[in-house]
Amino acid sequence: MGRYLLRRLLQLVPVFIGTTFMIYALVWAVPGDPFAGKCGDRRCPDQYIAFMTEKYHLDQNVFVQYGNYMKNLLQGDFGQTFQQREISDIIATAYPNTLKLALVALSIEAVIGLGAGVLTGLRRNGFLDNLVLVSTLFLIALPVFVVGFVLQWLLGVQWGIIKPTVSSEMRLSELIVPGFVLGSASVAYIARVARTSIAENRRADYVRTAIAKGLPMRRVVGVHLLRNSLIPVVTLLGTDLGALMGGAIVTEGIFGINGIGRQVFRAIITKESATVVGIVVVLVLVYLLMNLLVDLLYAALDPRIRYE
Amino acid sequence: MSDPSTASIVSTPPAQSTDAGAPTTAGLPQSNEKPRGLLGDAWRDLRRKPLFWISATLIVIFLLMAAFPALFAPGDAVNGTLARSLDKPSADGWFGYDVQGRDVYARVIYGARASIVVAVLSVVGTLLLGGTMGIISGYRGGWVDALLSRIADVFFGLPFVLGAIVILTTFNGSGAGNSKAEIMGLVIASLMVLSWPVVMRLMRSSVLATKEADYIVAARALGAGTGRIILKHLLPNCLAPLLVYGTIMVGSFIGAEATLSFLGVGLKSPVVSWGIMISDGQQFIRVAPGLVFFPAAFLVTAVLSFVMLGEAVREALDPKLR
Amino acid sequence: MRVSKRATSAIALSAAAALVASGCSSGDGDGDAAASKDGSIVIHGVQPENPLVPANTTETGGGKVIDWLWTGLVEYPNDGGAPRNALAESINTTDSKVFTIKIKKGTKFHDGTEVKAKNFVDAWNWAAYSPNGAQNGTFFSDIAGFDKTYTSDPDGEGPKKAPPPSAEKLSGLKVVDDQTFEVTLAAPTAVFPTKLGYSAFMPLPDVFFTQKPEEFGKKPIGNGPVKFLSWEDNVLIKLTRFDDYNLRDTMKVKDVDVKLYQDETAAYNDLLANNLDFLESIPTSALAGDKWKTDLGERGLSTTTPTTGLIAFPMYDKRFQNPKLRRAVSLSINRQEITDKIFFGTRKPADSWANPLTPGAKPGNCTACKFDAAEAKRLLAEAGGFTGEMVFFYNTDSSHKDWMDAVAQQVKTNLGINARAEGMPTFAVFRQQVNAHKMTGPYRAAWQQDYPDVENWINPLYVTGGSSNDGLYSNPQVDALAKAAGAAPSLEASHEQFSKAVELVDQDVPSIPVYFYGQQSGHSEKIKKLELNNVGELDITSVEL
Repeated sequence: MGRYLLRRLLQLVPVFIGTTFMIYALVWAVPGDPFAGKCGDRRCPDQYIAFMTEKYHLDQNVFVQYGNYMKNLLQGDFGQTFQQREISDIIATAYPNTLKLALVALSIEAVIGLGAGVLTGLRRNGFLDNLVLVSTLFLIALPVFVVGFVLQWLLGVQWGIIKPTVSSEMRLSELIVPGFVLGSASVAYIARVARTSIAENRRADYVRTAIAKGLPMRRVVGVHLLRNSLIPVVTLLGTDLGALMGGAIVTEGIFGINGIGRQVFRAIITKESATVVGIVVVLVLVYLLMNLLVDLLYAALDPRIRYE
Repeated sequence: MSDPSTASIVSTPPAQSTDAGAPTTAGLPQSNEKPRGLLGDAWRDLRRKPLFWISATLIVIFLLMAAFPALFAPGDAVNGTLARSLDKPSADGWFGYDVQGRDVYARVIYGARASIVVAVLSVVGTLLLGGTMGIISGYRGGWVDALLSRIADVFFGLPFVLGAIVILTTFNGSGAGNSKAEIMGLVIASLMVLSWPVVMRLMRSSVLATKEADYIVAARALGAGTGRIILKHLLPNCLAPLLVYGTIMVGSFIGAEATLSFLGVGLKSPVVSWGIMISDGQQFIRVAPGLVFFPAAFLVTAVLSFVMLGEAVREALDPKLR
Repeated sequence: MRVSKRATSAIALSAAAALVASGCSSGDGDGDAAASKDGSIVIHGVQPENPLVPANTTETGGGKVIDWLWTGLVEYPNDGGAPRNALAESINTTDSKVFTIKIKKGTKFHDGTEVKAKNFVDAWNWAAYSPNGAQNGTFFSDIAGFDKTYTSDPDGEGPKKAPPPSAEKLSGLKVVDDQTFEVTLAAPTAVFPTKLGYSAFMPLPDVFFTQKPEEFGKKPIGNGPVKFLSWEDNVLIKLTRFDDYNLRDTMKVKDVDVKLYQDETAAYNDLLANNLDFLESIPTSALAGDKWKTDLGERGLSTTTPTTGLIAFPMYDKRFQNPKLRRAVSLSINRQEITDKIFFGTRKPADSWANPLTPGAKPGNCTACKFDAAEAKRLLAEAGGFTGEMVFFYNTDSSHKDWMDAVAQQVKTNLGINARAEGMPTFAVFRQQVNAHKMTGPYRAAWQQDYPDVENWINPLYVTGGSSNDGLYSNPQVDALAKAAGAAPSLEASHEQFSKAVELVDQDVPSIPVYFYGQQSGHSEKIKKLELNNVGELDITSVEL
């Protein structure tokens, strides 16, 4: 177990370097002078552009820039944005917001998705099954921004049930609708995966045995069936957290949430490699660690899986 | 659809096929039966499903629309006159006119081409790229496998929307001078680059499961070359899960293209696509909801039919569910 | 482009009638003084691009906050009248070359130190010293000695760096005593006192010079009616009344929270839900079909701002060097239809070269701004037609797509030229191409005056080497007239010369004025009275609850 963990952690290192360098280089290659557009429709004085270019060492080549950036990063210095704000401050304020939103979305997914999956998996091909099938497919097919705008307009403005935008305190009650919007498509996937998994395991020998033994249905489902069917669902939920955080750009924009999505979008457009990489670094870490966690969870859920 | 869906579709099928399904499901039954037998069974099964017929018919219509838009809409999709700006639907313009006075019906029809071409080509590309990498890494194993898998991890770790924005702003950004074909090529390339690792994992695990099967060992013992083994024996047995995944992926790529256009980094005029139309029409949603509604309806229907087709094929192919 | 205060017909909005109608008359005029006194408001803003240093801010997000935090020597009245002294006691000159400026005694910075003549001189010297890289550095180019403190890169984008300046201070600035300083210009400039209300000319407290500019800019200290409390990035800037403020425009309410939005639709939805008290510009989604009028009713207000939307020609491209072709393109654009259909009547078709709200500008002097498709066709034929594709460029990170598409379509329909509009993804890319003179087709531009005088519409745009003459238009006669105008003994005489220069510009059509900006704003039910300043920003000192 210990060796397995160590090996997995070591494997993270090249992946981590590869991802960050790729992002850094790509953002560096975004065309345009980041300071040329800072003065509105008047052209910026060359003196201003020269001053800023030198301040951020943008006159050096990309490898040197990346090297310096990594050196500073390992010492805990995330650098400054072109607005001359500390990137660590931005990460510190934006990350918790996005994480909160993603966790709300994840809980909504887990509850609705698993519920629908279990219900339909137990009674396949019934009316309920088909209803859930079609509605989940519909959710998958609907782009997030359409769901977002419709819900914001109906619930927030027309009916006044929620505030149209989320306040800076990020109260849980305000996050339910944005969380649903963010998680809507994933709800569908969770439901489908859970349904398939339950349906497959429903015919497994151990379930037949358990029923034959005369165990109450609730126990068969709750203990035997559910536990064994959870593996793919857990995988999905685990890997989804990273995806939700990275994919919150649209949702955050619609509901005015100060999360990493809008920071990253702004930073890409303005060519701030340091900001983009700083944010992505944490995202990639979340993603890699979640993957590891999921693998470890397998062992807990399925006694047949052992790591050495 | 945006990242969650795409990224989840990215994790869904492998979760089923690799972690839960592949070693047992995808591998065993296929190695026990002849592939044709399996496909034949599946086809018999499919023919009985209304879901399959509905989705297949819709897909044929969409493909025709993409190939011969003029058959469906005689109108001009590109030029408009401001005098007709935001006119309501009428006998002339069934779906009304957009803010530039262009015929929304004609644009929706012509938009099918870009949306579907981009989605289909990216899926084909993703399957080829990911499939090849998967076969190589699964068949060769060792350091090749380790290297390719780590490279895949690098791309897999990038959140989809974020990665696409970075790639597209970098290469599609120069603005001046990208032709229609180049813009579409870039969008296709970025969708491919960010999705191939999933296909690779899928392929790799089926190859791993099939590689040690008796008939492969036998073929090797008989002196068959690597190429022959891969093409004649491995590939047919690993194809099924890929095809299923591919159909679903077409649906999700249509949505992904729309999201990228919505964010302003995907396709752009002069290309007409549903995503562009939704994104342009969105600010007029209160005066002319049709500008968003009609392309969105076509988008949802198209995605739905591809996903339903994939679903039907998957159920038919999965012996456990039969 | 950003501008400080200027002349619009002010929109004093009074809800007294509404008050009476609802039976809650407050008895003392418009607002309720008691409610106002400790009241607070939440207004719309966007995250400033830079730390808040006046000479280093040119964009509206930070510019607005700077206008509130600082009071300059002169101010531009909301009603569009002539500039008047604010912090200045007097500005005297005999020859438009040497100015003696006396400031009022006993005004304070927010840190309690007194505002002295030295604070102006030091601030101006800082901005005019090129190694400091201030965005507004070139605003001091009128002052004697500027060429010594501000040096340029000899080879533009090339490897060589600008040589260090030979002087650290402008030789034309001299402190006489605590309240008096003397400014000597390089050449007589009648309009100089008018410029002094622009934010580049604000004073800086002594503490600015003891720390890094960006540190100061994160906790700015000004001398205006409100002082800075805190700034949470992308979320909120908190301001509060400066109780020691003793000039004309004191605050009626106490706290002002500037909520920083990314998306104007989100802000508008907040305004409707009374989560936001003031939104400066209502998004297109609500302007379409006049929805905002039904949404807001009495709470919506409409005004015009001294800004013009233009399309500029790249004169360095051979294909656009024939004035007849340029005139043909201009005449083929139906401005009325564009403002009606694309802007829903919220902007006005342009018919003059300088925005008519600007003092000294003549309305209706753009003969190339009519719509005349037949004449356009004739001119195009005379110019020998146009071969190839005419691409109109704009930046997609702001809402220019619709009107640029419409312009291209009209040129295509009316002239038969193969025209289309193409977006560049970011303003930075767009601006870089413009700066480098690499545009391959006409491109969008906009000009908002920096200070209220027609000079600001001619010198930067149409004089050879002008700071924003990006298309490289050059006409020696225009240059000569503009020079004569600058040296004219009075503003009236100067305006006379400028109007002659405009007539020549009108013949050459170096750019195409398309529309004059309008602004639609909205406020919450809580605000009973407010005024907008000359450029359409909220005058926070006028707000009453």
